[in-house]
Amino acid sequence: MSMTGAAMVIECFKKEKVEVLFGYPGGTVIDIFDELTKSKVQFFLTRHEQGAIHAADGYARSTGKIGVCIATSGPGATNLVTGLATASMDSIPIVAITGQVSTAMIGNDAFQEADVTGITRPVTKHNYLVKDANELPRILKEAFYIAFSGRPGPVVIDIPKNVQQSIIDLPYPDSVAIRSYKPTYEGHIRQIKKVASAISASKKPLIYSGGGVIISGASNELTELARKARIPVTTTLMGLGAFPETDELSVEMLGMHGTAYANFAVQETDLLIAIGARFDDRITGTLSTFAPHAKVIHIDIDPTAIRKNVKVDIPVVGDVKKVLKVLNTMIEPADSSDWLKHISALKKKNPLSYKKSKTVIKPQEVVEEIYDLTGGDAIVCTEVGQNQMWAAQFFKYSKPRTFLSSGGLGTMGYGFPAAIGAQIGNPGKLVFDIAGDGSIQMNIQELATAVINDLPVKVIILNNGYLGMVRQWQELFYEKRYSGTCLSRGKVCPKGCDGRPNDKCPANYIPDFVKVAEAYGAIGKRVVKPGDLRPVLKEIIKVKKPVFLDVKVSPEENVFPMVPAGASLNQMIGGLA
Amino acid sequence: MRHTISLLVENRFGVLARIAGLFSGRGFNIDSLAVGETQDPSISRMTIVVRGDDQILEQVKKQMNKLIDVIKVQDFAPGESIQRELILVKVNATQKTRPDIMQIVDIFRAKIVEVTANSVTIEVTGSDEKVSSLLDLVKPFGIKDISRTGKIAMSRK
Repeated sequence: MSMTGAAMVIECFKKEKVEVLFGYPGGTVIDIFDELTKSKVQFFLTRHEQGAIHAADGYARSTGKIGVCIATSGPGATNLVTGLATASMDSIPIVAITGQVSTAMIGNDAFQEADVTGITRPVTKHNYLVKDANELPRILKEAFYIAFSGRPGPVVIDIPKNVQQSIIDLPYPDSVAIRSYKPTYEGHIRQIKKVASAISASKKPLIYSGGGVIISGASNELTELARKARIPVTTTLMGLGAFPETDELSVEMLGMHGTAYANFAVQETDLLIAIGARFDDRITGTLSTFAPHAKVIHIDIDPTAIRKNVKVDIPVVGDVKKVLKVLNTMIEPADSSDWLKHISALKKKNPLSYKKSKTVIKPQEVVEEIYDLTGGDAIVCTEVGQNQMWAAQFFKYSKPRTFLSSGGLGTMGYGFPAAIGAQIGNPGKLVFDIAGDGSIQMNIQELATAVINDLPVKVIILNNGYLGMVRQWQELFYEKRYSGTCLSRGKVCPKGCDGRPNDKCPANYIPDFVKVAEAYGAIGKRVVKPGDLRPVLKEIIKVKKPVFLDVKVSPEENVFPMVPAGASLNQMIGGLA
Repeated sequence: MRHTISLLVENRFGVLARIAGLFSGRGFNIDSLAVGETQDPSISRMTIVVRGDDQILEQVKKQMNKLIDVIKVQDFAPGESIQRELILVKVNATQKTRPDIMQIVDIFRAKIVEVTANSVTIEVTGSDEKVSSLLDLVKPFGIKDISRTGKIAMSRK
């Protein structure tokens, strides 16, 4: 059966069971879009290519499937770059198809030409430039395989226009054979045995679980391990939801803005069991003083993650789910009752806290109220900064794939399109984007996508008038010089204003988020008084339309506790009893 | 420390850029790099000589292994491999100095591959020590130009 390259792309979607495609058309992908009309794939036109790839990412994270997006050559492709880097850092399976100018024109500075494989090389797991149409079926098959297998990641396929138009006499392959790419799934049995005996010998074990547990679908195995062996669990930002935070064994998130008790536990543990995590600098604080008393076990599918930052005593390379399954058959409870008592005392002594006010809404209480009103049954996406940390701290996650956030790259503007993707993948689920007034403006154009496709995403804007996380650093470490972080700063402001709130501040915040929402046909609401917060949240949760809720919150609230840069995990500031 | 890294890679466009990117992204300069086909035309061998912090290079090697197009990575310990480099060196030569140069060339079992009225071009193959001592000896005559292939290496076993 012969078909064009463009038709082969659609054939690939069919064979790979792609249901949803996000993207934006352009001159070099018209042929693929033309074939799309004959396909069952549901296409979502975003308003920016970055929106398309973040939506594909949110779809992938929330469903466990591959996210697929398409963009044209040149600017279409370069607009994908932030989304590729976001997915690459967080190991999210994405296949991004980009158009390219015809092979004869490549390298000639043709209209809308960019060296896409060159630009995306460091931010993808792999990428392809298809120079020969006969290679297209194999490349498509490989791309889906590579994106989803091993440690997942984004793969770009750059397809020149003439390749899309060429006739191909080959079928779409059924299998894939790449001699140089063979991820290790089964953990070495001898290593797993070592892990089991280290656990039974430990007095103060601690599981440090990351995004790998969610990717591998190993939440049940992790929970079984923790409960069977009586080991407390801390998760990273990426790992939230892998272990129920409501469980008595949970010490919730660790790291720079983790709970005090998680960080204390890391500094005291004698056996740190890292599972699907990568010892990121936001987790470890100063490396030399990280987990000083601990023997370290590291279970991860990616051998490059092992011993990258931290010395590991027992490495196990393999798929987390497979390794934990084996481990759980040989595990015996650790003698950890004193340790668990100590942990529970730490939890009582140092809870996450903030001071409520009668006059101004606190951002933390917004997140708490949402948790309370939904009973935790929601998908929560975040932008990046303070909003992200409060969303992580004050909502208790108990299911995997319910917290979507750009952890590694820290991409502002991620949350809203990701929420759109998550809503598409999970119709009927309540989806929130906890946003800041800075971040939301980075992809605000996707309101059109949400409204037109009737996606009832709830965007909660914690509006403090600042780029809050940077402002917090300026307050704490730069003597309150709020340079470049006041979002109201403009021509009317006095020249020497240091950015702190004062009586000369402009009265009106720009933009009026309620009006923006209304202009797009979404529901816009604003809350200013603490007493109005709960009723309004209740109301918008019931609404079956996209909502922008502009919550005016206290402008100089900080995220605590905080491990300052260059400090050890137990040297936290703020929010401690 | 100086490392000689030998890689087997898919013989495809873009592979070299992926490997080079792992060094350039970290601000590492590659001392030398040689690439060529192996007995299997779909596989190329790359030999990279690079200096850098051992721990960072360890990470680079792991990341090379992670690249889809990389089949095998070896970092040769001293003495574990045979290493050779081919050098062409053009030296100033007059009728008077030419015999002296030819004598040096003989001692090193090098070859003279081109002679003009005022220069000779020497081809020399060998280990680091051999090549640098030959270069030291011809230096006084005046070196006009040097071109080197970069080191290639093969395991002794």
